[in-house]
Amino acid sequence: MTNEEIINKLKPIIVTYAPASESLDNLNENSDFIKDLNINSANLVDIVLDVEEEFGITIDNESMEKMLTVKASIDVISAKLQAK
Amino acid sequence: MNAQEIISLLPYSKPFLFVDEIEKIDENGVVGNFTFQPELDFYRGHFKDYPVTPGVILTETMAQIGLVCLGIYLLAEEEFVGQVAMTSSNVEFLKPVFPGEKVTVTSEKVYFRFNKLKCKVLMQNEKGEKVCEAEMAGMFLKV
Repeated sequence: MTNEEIINKLKPIIVTYAPASESLDNLNENSDFIKDLNINSANLVDIVLDVEEEFGITIDNESMEKMLTVKASIDVISAKLQAK
Repeated sequence: MNAQEIISLLPYSKPFLFVDEIEKIDENGVVGNFTFQPELDFYRGHFKDYPVTPGVILTETMAQIGLVCLGIYLLAEEEFVGQVAMTSSNVEFLKPVFPGEKVTVTSEKVYFRFNKLKCKVLMQNEKGEKVCEAEMAGMFLKV
């Protein structure tokens, strides 16, 4: 799966949990979930659980801790997909 | 971990402890109860001449029994350090709870991942009537 395909699947998941904002309209690889998108840590858990379901992967604690930006999430998802 | 140990680890005390007893607890859920003593201070103001248990207190009671007690039990291996935060609640209030009533809270785990516990929680009165129903979640913080 290419990074673009990953981001296309990731976007609707993020939109579900992020409050509406200009940063959300301009969502890109550098968007930081907490700082830019105002997503709290509890909603971040829900995003990760939805990512697991959408991509059919399991995210461990260590990977979860890395998933703070869109870019970092794409890297984690991509690595997990390759390891499948 | 037994019920008494869990209650002793709760980070609340009077007048904000809303757990009397844990009747049943396992990794999938918990059943507990609390009796709203008529002397509780908030009845003097809610409402002025008509004491009814405030919805926020019913929500808190569901959270203390349904989320915090269960979370402490689930975290038994990792030593709960006493920091917990309610992160969301969606509650339907169906019947009023008056001073002196005993309520039973039944909570069923939806998931416990990355220290977030999400549960479906039901509160019933002594007649077994549904008083309120909620989906709520909290995070157990590590220091």
